[in-house]
Amino acid sequence: MHRDSERHKLFTRRAVMLAGGQAALLSTLVGRMYYLQVVEADRYRMLADENRISLRLLAPPRGRITDRFGNPVADNQQNYRALLISENTRDLDYTLDMLNQIIAIGPSERKRIIREVKRNRNFVPVTVRKNLNWKDVSRIEVNAPDLPGILIDVGESRHYLYGEEMAHILGYVASVSPGEAKGDPLLELPGFRIGKAGIEKVHDLTLRGTGGSSQVEVNAFGRVIRELDRKDGQPGAEVMLTIDLGLQQMVSKRLSDDSAAAVVMDVQNGDVLAMASTPGFDSNAFNRGLDTAEWKELLHNPKAPLTNKAIAGRYSPGSTFKMVVLLAALERGVISPTTEVFCKGYIELGDAKFHCWKKNGHGNVDAKSAITQSCDVYFYEIAKRTGIDRIAAMANRMGLGEKLGIDLPGERSGLVPTKRWKRGALDASWHQGETLIAGIGQGYLLVTPLQLAVMTARLCNGGMAVKPRLTRAVGGLEVSPGNDGEPTFKSLNLPKANLDLVVEAMSDVVNSPYGTARRSKIDDPRFMMGGKTGTVQVRRISRAERDIGVIKNRDLPWKERDHALFVGFAPVEEPRYAVAVVVEHGGGGSSVAAPIARDILTEAQQRQSARPNKILSDRELKVSETGIDAG
Amino acid sequence: MSRDFLNQPDLSLGKKLLHIHWFFVLLLCLTASIGVAMLYSAANGSMSPWASRHASRFAVGLIVMISVAMVDIRIWMRYAYGLYVLTLVLLAFVEISGTIGMGAQRWISFGYFNLQPSELMKIALVLALARYFHGGSIEDVGRPTFLIIPLLMIALPSALVLRQPDLGTALMLIMASGAIFFVAGVRIWKFTVVLLAGISVMPVAWQFLRDYQKQRVLTFLEPESDPLGAGYHIIQSKIALGSGGVLGKGFMQGTQGHLRFLPEMQTDFIFTMLAEEFGMMGGIGLLGLYSLILVYGVVLSLRSRNQFGRLVGLGITATFFLYVFINIAMVMGMIPVVGVPLPLISYGGTALMTLLIGFGLLMSVWVHRDVMIGRRGGDEV
Repeated sequence: MHRDSERHKLFTRRAVMLAGGQAALLSTLVGRMYYLQVVEADRYRMLADENRISLRLLAPPRGRITDRFGNPVADNQQNYRALLISENTRDLDYTLDMLNQIIAIGPSERKRIIREVKRNRNFVPVTVRKNLNWKDVSRIEVNAPDLPGILIDVGESRHYLYGEEMAHILGYVASVSPGEAKGDPLLELPGFRIGKAGIEKVHDLTLRGTGGSSQVEVNAFGRVIRELDRKDGQPGAEVMLTIDLGLQQMVSKRLSDDSAAAVVMDVQNGDVLAMASTPGFDSNAFNRGLDTAEWKELLHNPKAPLTNKAIAGRYSPGSTFKMVVLLAALERGVISPTTEVFCKGYIELGDAKFHCWKKNGHGNVDAKSAITQSCDVYFYEIAKRTGIDRIAAMANRMGLGEKLGIDLPGERSGLVPTKRWKRGALDASWHQGETLIAGIGQGYLLVTPLQLAVMTARLCNGGMAVKPRLTRAVGGLEVSPGNDGEPTFKSLNLPKANLDLVVEAMSDVVNSPYGTARRSKIDDPRFMMGGKTGTVQVRRISRAERDIGVIKNRDLPWKERDHALFVGFAPVEEPRYAVAVVVEHGGGGSSVAAPIARDILTEAQQRQSARPNKILSDRELKVSETGIDAG
Repeated sequence: MSRDFLNQPDLSLGKKLLHIHWFFVLLLCLTASIGVAMLYSAANGSMSPWASRHASRFAVGLIVMISVAMVDIRIWMRYAYGLYVLTLVLLAFVEISGTIGMGAQRWISFGYFNLQPSELMKIALVLALARYFHGGSIEDVGRPTFLIIPLLMIALPSALVLRQPDLGTALMLIMASGAIFFVAGVRIWKFTVVLLAGISVMPVAWQFLRDYQKQRVLTFLEPESDPLGAGYHIIQSKIALGSGGVLGKGFMQGTQGHLRFLPEMQTDFIFTMLAEEFGMMGGIGLLGLYSLILVYGVVLSLRSRNQFGRLVGLGITATFFLYVFINIAMVMGMIPVVGVPLPLISYGGTALMTLLIGFGLLMSVWVHRDVMIGRRGGDEV
């Protein structure tokens, strides 16, 4: 009894000590709780939200692209695909068997689907079939009760309504390549497309819009539990082009047999009404994805279908350059409009003979008849008197040899040679013979069809430094120039008399019985055009060939045939439209290019007079009325 | 007081029932009902699969507990060694059949619940040690040789449990026994020696740890080194707890638990869920409840007039404390993950049954508090 009470005392003492130790340990738990739930609470709260909240981007619909009258040329098409969610199927094989009765699923496709189902968690949708047609979609929807786990998903994909005719202007959209996926988080969305060429590229940010976001709560396996918040993005803005779709279609069709380019523009405000380059491609094919064979064919085709020849094709201007030389000579004062030069078929400079295209010569020619008949000797002579640097300066003023800043990627500047250029680029001094060659638009000179159209526009709009543009409005707002109706282009400070002389001479090219393009005259007096032909040799003509007579173009291999050029405007009184046509290896400017230009200008003017006026802006109305009155 | 009453040789069943400390039972019921509520929340507001089974198991356990309490403390003392040996045999049996048979099966199925010998050992060891120390005087306890047998009694089951391998249970066996040694009067310097010896053999013991055990320790030391692998549990648990803040996110509103970022939330990590939904207030509230149970455990044990009862009561209380402390410290990232459930709250039948049998013994100690037992087992005369 006594001993036990002693034990009891010791026990009690020890038990109290033990309890004290336990109390101390429990209070460390409280301390830890305080640290985690009070001191560090904010950090853990943030981490918890990071855990459970997942931000999903919502792709905005891409903006439409329309022609100048609002006709859509690129829009978004709904695109149906069949998805399979395996957790909703009772039996995967059963569902696939049933689906197979509606859309045929091959053994390899079936294997792929089963493989993907196994690889993903069972609530992740697996794509069964993309690009379903409407018939299949409705059959799947009708049979939905027999297809557990199958659902139809609607997506949007870019659609080009005139994939071939507008390809070089619109460009195309395609998947983001790894290097481009910077900045905008939208770019990291799987399946997101961005503009890779043309207007789609230039206005990509505008057309793209801004992404929306959806905050969703996800569990540890990534399954979406619910949507917490949603911010709708900004849909891409609509881009209105200056292109007249009808004219564009006509031009592409007219060129389609050749490797050619043509540009039609408004001489006053620089609106490019049509711009075609053939052969082309189908923008839709790029969006869909090209296979290797298609891609190789496009890449290696000698007619370069991927190049927009209207802005990136570089050609010697040939005789279409003669107006520039004439203006330079008149401004320099080395000739007057009435100064005559005798053409005996060639001109001699030192030992060299420079031939006129007319072997027997034109006899006495003045400025106007030199243009009309395209006398080479006259231009050799005045080029020699003017000098290359003054010709080059005039060419630059007319828009040649420099980028015009059109809103398309890939524009090239061409080349207008000067003495200094030759020294720098070729490390050689300039020969006077080269000035003569430049006088007829050959030699080092290189221009693009767009530059030729701008040159023509500047000649016939009273000497205003018009610049081309392709975008008329973005998001419904007209872009400058022209937001107040009147474009403000600088004057080139060319004497009106000189310009009138050139315009008259160009009119004679078509409308006088001596003109080189007289066969392409527009008979309707309202629509008469002026212009200038150009035929550019692609190969050198040897003396021997000259002696036996020029070989007919059609007897040469395609690659060696002449380029056919024509620049024109219409109507001859108060011109409104300028056109440049280049047909690669097409033959003569007068026989091949001029008829095309005639058809294009006729179409442009007919379309204008037939068009309901209500969609036209005030400025256009005014111009169109005067145009009709002039006839 | 008559001697007869003191001995309570023939306390009727009805009187014994009255003697049960019903407030203590109420505390247990309160804690278990918190468990039911948390399991209800863990199942996203459903009684199945966990909450209803937990409730019914607790009810069965309560009956077992009261039955155990009705059995005379002297009978428990008489069979203490027998129970210990039987449990040891069972433990060896599952160890052998476990190695031969189907992997790491550690239990024997009894239909409604599974018997896990290692769990049962937590009780049997307490009984056996209590009986051993009951038979020793203060002088005996002071003799180092006297301690050889009880040390062996600890070492055998601990070694078997470690082989399973179940580090958590082995540690609990050792530490609960330590508590019994301590209150039995073993000199404090001896504990110091053992502790120092333990620290010095740690590098050797490290070699014997299984890879996953080593991994757990390493992960504990630096959980952020492997956030998706071994460190995942601890990190997610801390995030859930910390994001609960002071007041919590509200019942059923815990995001981390319900979105399944929390692993095993119905079993070992249920405290995390509670602390996420009810915040620090909820966590401290539960700790308070546990402390009350612990205080009553100590007080009820001290009230016993026999050393055996006192030792059993305190051993059970210490075991209960170890469950609470190890589990909560584990989910808060204070100690490595060892797989110890939160008593009365975590889902799981075996641990609940062990605890309630243990509390049954504590009640038996209380009901038979005035029984005096001689050192050799007979009534003190």
